[in-house]
Amino acid sequence: MKDEQMLPAEQQKKTEVSRRAFLKVLAGTAAGIGISQVFNPALVSAMEKALETHPVLWVQGQSCTGCSVSLLNSVDPSIADILLKVISLEYHPTVMASEGETALENLYRVAEKYKGKFSLAVEGSIPMAAEGKYCNFGEMDGKEITMVDIVKDLGAKAGSVLAVGTCAAYGGIPAAAGGETGATGVMDFFQTYGIKTPVVNIPGCPPHPDWIVGSIVHLLTKGIPELDDDGRPTLFYGENIHDNCPHLVEYDAGQMLEKLSDVNGCRMDLGCKGPDTYADCYKRKWNSGMNWCVDNSVCIGCVEPWFPDGSSPFYEPA
Amino acid sequence: MAGCKPQLTPAGTGKKIKVSIDPLTRIEGHLKAEVDVKDGVVVDARIHGGMYRGFEQILIGRDPRDASQITQRICGVCPTAHATASALALDDAFNVTLTPNGRIARNLILGANFLQSHILHFYHLAALDYVNGPEVAPFVPRYAKNDVRVSKEVNDVAVGQYLEALEMRKICHEMIALLGGRMPHVQGIVVGGTTEIPTREALNAYAERFKKVKKFIMEKYVPIVYLLAGPYGDLLKTGGGYQNCVAWGAFPMDDAGNTLLKRGVYTDGKDHPVDTDLIREYVKYSYFEDSTTGLNPTQGRTLPNPHKKDAYSFIKAPRYNGKPHQAGPLARMWVTNPELSKIGQETLGVKKIRDIGDAAFSILGRHVARAEETALVANAVEQWLAEAEPGKETFVPTPIPESAEGLGLTEAPRGALLHYIDIKNKKIANYQVTSATIWNANPMDDMGQKGPMEQALIGVPVPDYDNPVNVGRLVRSFDP
Repeated sequence: MKDEQMLPAEQQKKTEVSRRAFLKVLAGTAAGIGISQVFNPALVSAMEKALETHPVLWVQGQSCTGCSVSLLNSVDPSIADILLKVISLEYHPTVMASEGETALENLYRVAEKYKGKFSLAVEGSIPMAAEGKYCNFGEMDGKEITMVDIVKDLGAKAGSVLAVGTCAAYGGIPAAAGGETGATGVMDFFQTYGIKTPVVNIPGCPPHPDWIVGSIVHLLTKGIPELDDDGRPTLFYGENIHDNCPHLVEYDAGQMLEKLSDVNGCRMDLGCKGPDTYADCYKRKWNSGMNWCVDNSVCIGCVEPWFPDGSSPFYEPA
Repeated sequence: MAGCKPQLTPAGTGKKIKVSIDPLTRIEGHLKAEVDVKDGVVVDARIHGGMYRGFEQILIGRDPRDASQITQRICGVCPTAHATASALALDDAFNVTLTPNGRIARNLILGANFLQSHILHFYHLAALDYVNGPEVAPFVPRYAKNDVRVSKEVNDVAVGQYLEALEMRKICHEMIALLGGRMPHVQGIVVGGTTEIPTREALNAYAERFKKVKKFIMEKYVPIVYLLAGPYGDLLKTGGGYQNCVAWGAFPMDDAGNTLLKRGVYTDGKDHPVDTDLIREYVKYSYFEDSTTGLNPTQGRTLPNPHKKDAYSFIKAPRYNGKPHQAGPLARMWVTNPELSKIGQETLGVKKIRDIGDAAFSILGRHVARAEETALVANAVEQWLAEAEPGKETFVPTPIPESAEGLGLTEAPRGALLHYIDIKNKKIANYQVTSATIWNANPMDDMGQKGPMEQALIGVPVPDYDNPVNVGRLVRSFDP
């Protein structure tokens, strides 16, 4: 990649051009990722502008990094384009070069410089029990900073917050019965501390990469997308899985699956939570369109605020 | 403190300086490394595991079959390994024997994720310790003096491969999804086998993708790791620590249970068969109740105490036969001792992994072992593809037992993984996970022995306190 070896100034120039080219591609495929309404030439130019002024700071709490790994599976735009041309990702613990105070100093510098403008992406839940001790975030000047501290601080300074994944949106698995860390999603956390920054929930365990990228693009170009009662973009979470399931015909015919490895039939008797779950997996499918949970086994409702307790036991009918 | 407050103390003055890196990035999870440096060398080290979620507590009282779904969420990089370990523990408890096609389908799912994880680890987590990324965020900022020693040409090649590797790891996930539903967090691995019987079409789609990945591994990943041995040859001489290894083995090659990656323990220079009764988990310096220290996982309890005095990590300290052991590709390759790849044999001038000797136990040695293992697993994937039978059953439905115990032993890409389940009244009464990073990144135990990563840090050169590059290099060589 010769391009990346250029001097910073040339690199910047080159990146500008690439960004423009990329945006054309994105506009062309926007229908594919469900954001066709967003794109027109004026908005493309608005987005270019937004990219310059809206860095993304991505922080991780009680997470498994699965949401970040899912983002890496983005097809169009590819993750390489996202990193180099689309998002100015100034902080991400899994991919950034820096560590320790070098990383934290940059985090605070960017948050201050772009106060009220930057987007804070939160992955993982925020443990509120035990004074935040259940998740250390870093150390600055010899003082420990917890996940609670950082979301309180940066959450208030951000222009918008993306709660990426079910843990960040609603608490997820760390908040399930039996846990004692006080795991909390961003909206509930903000309510506790009176933080007013708008939040977009992008649930899923993990979320589909298109849901993450599509929400970011919408945020940067048109602002906050239309959200449902659970704070999710209706663009991606507006449809019921069961009502749109390719196996609905079989359900209507009373053909129910009896064994997980069978193919033709409705999975409801095997525990499928599709009837209670709202997401567009049935048409978007996963990993470049290879497959999806229902065709493979059952839906466990991973995008819903009640996941996992509301759908557990996963292999018993609701 | 790393990266700021200059604390220059000339070598030879004998003054001890504390250097702390928090967060230690490009890993999965939250880790802090704190080292004492004297005369430019690490003399003491503490590894802090800074996050706790409570999976073992959350599992209690649930339907046992939920475990393979819930435990996957421990790690988004290696969910297939947790799904596999959990399914093996459940297979054991449910007393179910897999069909040959079920065994092979699980291997194809786990195998593709080994390839994915090792590629991701080398290029996207570790490589920025050895080459410079593009001059844009998130590749800048970085240490002002980051000790990158490769030529511009090699750097260009490496950055090109970094981007190509993003595509390769994505393709590996497509391979997993073909049989496992989606990735991360596969739906397809369950007690009794896998949920999706592979069609000819799916196997062809898998094979077509695999071909690209294998080519990348053999022609780019393995060679570039050996290329680093030139400019970074000194890193083959540091970071060894304890030379004890645990490997539970993975990838059953037949119905008799012979595995591709062998099961074995290597302690104080001798090989031993695995006896899981010899595992004890200590918590004197971990944020867990002291009353739970020294237990075997089958008796294990997880009771957090986040304010415990003198504790410094949420990671328990497991010991095998009383001693710290490292886990991971190096431990597995040491136990399995396969022949090196052709390029490995030519570069190192030896035939097998153990012929490398002490140099294998080093920062770069761990990368070499990981690359060699990637090639080994890739070759096996080819065999499983040939053995998989389209349309043949992969799943054996079995009822939940009233009460039973089960032990699942396998390998995550980052090392030995154990799941234990105790079922009472058809519900989970106890569940314990001892994962790879628990073996490697643990704190001091009750007897005062340091964890393997801590011990391996001792002796690592840190000539420049403001740019403690080698600390991150050492920690990442374990792939925590």
